[in-house]
Amino acid sequence: MDTAGSANPRIILAGSPNVGKSVIFGALTGRYATVSNYPGTTVEVLRGPAKLCGIAAEIVDTPGLYSVYPVTEEERVALNIIREEPGFIVHVIDAKNLERSLPLTLELKETGRPVVVVLNMFDELISLGMNIDTASLSRSLGLPVVATVAVTGQGMDQLEGELSKLVSKELCLEPYRVPPYSEKRLRGLYRMSQEVVAATLIRAPRSKKFTRLDKLIVSPLSGFLILALILYLGLYKFVGAFGAGTLVDLLEGAYETYVSPWFVSAAEWAIPWEWLRSLFVGEFGILTLGLRYAFAIILPIVVLFFLVFAVIEDSGYLPRLAYLLDSLFKRIGLSGRAVIPMVLGLGCVTMATMVVRTLASRRERMIATILLSLTIPCSAQMGVIMGLLSERPLVLVLWAVIICSIFAVSGALLSRFMPGPPPSFIIEVPPMRLPSIRNVLLKTYVRMAWYFKEIVPIFIIASVLIWLGQLTGAFEWIIRVLAVPLDLMGLPASAAPAFLFGFFRRDYGAAGLYDIANAGGLSGNQLLISVVVLTLFLPCIAQLVITIKERGWKTATAISLFILVFAFMTGAALNAAITLAGVTL
Amino acid sequence: MQITEQMEEILEALWVAREEKNTDCLKLAWLREMPDTRMLKELIDERIVERCGAEEIKMTTRGAQLASDAVRRHRLAERLLTDVLAVRKEMIHETACQFEHHLHRGIDQNVCTLLGHPKTCPHGRPIPPGRCCEEGVRIAPQAVSPVSHLKPGQTGQVAYLSTTDPKRAQLMLSMGIVPGTHVKLLSNFPSLFFELGESQFAVDKEMAKEIYVRIESA
Repeated sequence: MDTAGSANPRIILAGSPNVGKSVIFGALTGRYATVSNYPGTTVEVLRGPAKLCGIAAEIVDTPGLYSVYPVTEEERVALNIIREEPGFIVHVIDAKNLERSLPLTLELKETGRPVVVVLNMFDELISLGMNIDTASLSRSLGLPVVATVAVTGQGMDQLEGELSKLVSKELCLEPYRVPPYSEKRLRGLYRMSQEVVAATLIRAPRSKKFTRLDKLIVSPLSGFLILALILYLGLYKFVGAFGAGTLVDLLEGAYETYVSPWFVSAAEWAIPWEWLRSLFVGEFGILTLGLRYAFAIILPIVVLFFLVFAVIEDSGYLPRLAYLLDSLFKRIGLSGRAVIPMVLGLGCVTMATMVVRTLASRRERMIATILLSLTIPCSAQMGVIMGLLSERPLVLVLWAVIICSIFAVSGALLSRFMPGPPPSFIIEVPPMRLPSIRNVLLKTYVRMAWYFKEIVPIFIIASVLIWLGQLTGAFEWIIRVLAVPLDLMGLPASAAPAFLFGFFRRDYGAAGLYDIANAGGLSGNQLLISVVVLTLFLPCIAQLVITIKERGWKTATAISLFILVFAFMTGAALNAAITLAGVTL
Repeated sequence: MQITEQMEEILEALWVAREEKNTDCLKLAWLREMPDTRMLKELIDERIVERCGAEEIKMTTRGAQLASDAVRRHRLAERLLTDVLAVRKEMIHETACQFEHHLHRGIDQNVCTLLGHPKTCPHGRPIPPGRCCEEGVRIAPQAVSPVSHLKPGQTGQVAYLSTTDPKRAQLMLSMGIVPGTHVKLLSNFPSLFFELGESQFAVDKEMAKEIYVRIESA
C-alpha cells in the first residue's frame, strides 16, 4: 500500500453501482481498475496516488452504494470508507438518473465533508434528448458540479481543477455518524431532490425505447438460444477448439521441440550434478514442466477466455442473463444476482468468490461460495478439459451433464437445508453498450498479468516441493498412498502426479492429465472419472485464502474437507456405476 | 340488533388496543374511545364483549368479527383516500372516520378489489382480509394494483410499497422505487422487467407484488 498517500489529501469516489467510478479512478491515477458494464464490478477498495494540478492526493475507488443504509456487503465496504476515513468526497452520478441519485448527494453532504458532484455519461443524457443546467444545479445544491464523459476524458480537466480547489478546504476529521434509518427522512430527501431536478433537468419529450435487442435477450425462447450460441461459439469454438486445441498444440509442440531441448542442453552445460539439474529440467522440473504448463497450456486458454469474458461483461449482457435465469436459480436457493459470480467463476473462481459479496443474504453467500468451490470449473481447467476431450465428444458431453447435475442437485439440497430467508431479486439493468476495444484489451491484459503472478510462483513451488520429495523419498510414498483412492476410482497409479498437482491448483492437475492422456495412459472411462473428480476438486490456494477471508476459517475448513471427500466419493461411485453398467467409452 | 356508529368506534378501539397490547383482556383505560356504563351493559348483553377481570373486558368471537369488519372498512377508507383521491395526509384519519360508515358489506369488497386487495393502511397497520382477498377477486379495471398485475407496455405511477421486511423497503427506496415515480412494464416473463425513470430494473414476482402502482394507461 502507498504509505506516502496517507499524508496527502484523500479523495473518495462514491456513488451508485455502474456509474463509472472506476473509469474516473483510472483517469485520475493512471492505474487500471476493472471496468465493466454491470453493477458490482468493484467489490473492493482501490487506492492510488494522483497529481491534481500539481497537488499530490490519494484517490480511493469504492464499491457502489445506493444510500447510507447498506444492504449488501460491498455497500458496507464503501460506507465504512466514507465513515471512518475523513476525505473529500466525489459523488459520481449517472447523469441520466439525476433524480434517483440526488438523495445520496444530500446524504453525503450531511456528512459535513466537502463534496463534488460529477454528472458522468453526460453524452448518453444528451443523446436521450435531455439536458441538465449544471450551473443552476450547483447553486441549488451548494456544491460544485462537473459534467463528464469519463471514458473519452471529456470534462476530466475541469474535474481535476475543482478537486485541486477542494483539497485546499478545511476537512472535519470526526468519524461520520449515520443518522438512524427512517422512511420519513428518506422521503424528505426525495422530495428535495424532486424539487431540485424540476428546476434543472430538461426532460426528453419521448420515452426511452425497449430495443429489439433487449427484447431478444430477455425473452425466454430467443434468450436461451442466444445463451447457447454464446456458449457454443465463445466457449466451445473459440476457447475450446481454437485455444485449447489449435493454439495449445502449436505452443506445446514448439515448447517441446525448441524450448525444452535448449533448456536441457543449457542445464547440462551449466549444472554438473544430476540431482540439482532435475530441479530445472527433470520430469517435474521448473523449466520443463512448471513453465511449460504455465505458458504453453494455461496461457493461451486463459487469455482467450478473459478476452471473450471482457466483451460479455462490457456489453451489459450479464444483468440481462441474471433476469433470464432468476427463476431457475431460485430453485437452488439463489437469486438471479448470483448468476454474475457464477459466470465469472467460469473465468476465475478466486475473483468470483470475492464477487459473492454482492449477494444480499448470508444464506445466498454461503450457497454461492460452496457451489463455486465445488462445481464451477475455472477457465484454465475447462479449457484443458475441452482440449483433452476434443476427440472424445461423448466423454465431454457426459462430463458436462454430470457436473451440471451435481450443480443442480447440491444447489437444491443446500437450498433446502441451509437456514435463512428465501432470496429476493432486484437488479438495475444498464443499457447495452458497445464494448470499447481499448478497455477489453486492457482488462484482459490486467487480469492475465494478475493470473500469472498468482500461478507462476505456485508452479515453481510445486516443482521444488516435488523435487525435494523425490530426493527424500517422500514423493514415492505420497504416490503410493494416493494410489489407494485412485484404485478405488479405477484410475492407474500413473495418474497420481496429476492429482498431486491438483492439490496445488485444479487447473494444474488438469494440465497434468493432459500429459498423461497424451502419452496414452488413460482409457475413455478413466478420462471421464479423472476429469469429473478434478473439476470437483478444491479450486486453488488463492481461492481458499479468499474463502477464509470472506467466510471465516471455520466455514472454509468445513467446505474444503467436504469437497475433498465428496470429489473422491463421486469418483468411486462413478467408477462403480460405469463398471456395473459395463460401459466402455 | 342495530350496530350504531358509536358501537363501531368502540369496537375499533378494542381492535387497536388488542393489536398494540398483544393480549385479549383489555383495560378500559387503554381504549381511545371508552364506553359509558350503559353502552358497556348493552355490549355485554349483546354478547359482543365479556368481562375478564376488574376493569378489563375481552371481545367475544362475534365481537371480534364485528371489530375486524369495522377496522377493515376504516383502513380501506384511508387507502382509498390516500391512493386514489389523494386527500391531504393530515385530513385522512378524520375523513376516513366519516367515510368508513358508508362502506358497508358489499361496498367494502368493491373498494378492496378496486385498490388491489391492499395489505396495510397508509400508516402501516394490517388491514384484516375480507372474503374477496382470499378469493383474489379481480374485477377489471383496478385503480391501484401491484406492478406484477400490469400488462407489458402498461404504465403506472408508484403509489406505495407494501412489504413486511424493512430491509427490502429500504433497498427499493434507495434504488429509487419511490411513490410518485413512473414505471412502465416491459416484460413479465420469466420475471419482471420494468423501466423506472431513465433506468431499467429486473425484479422477481415476489418483490413486484410489493410495489403498488396507480395504473395510468391500458
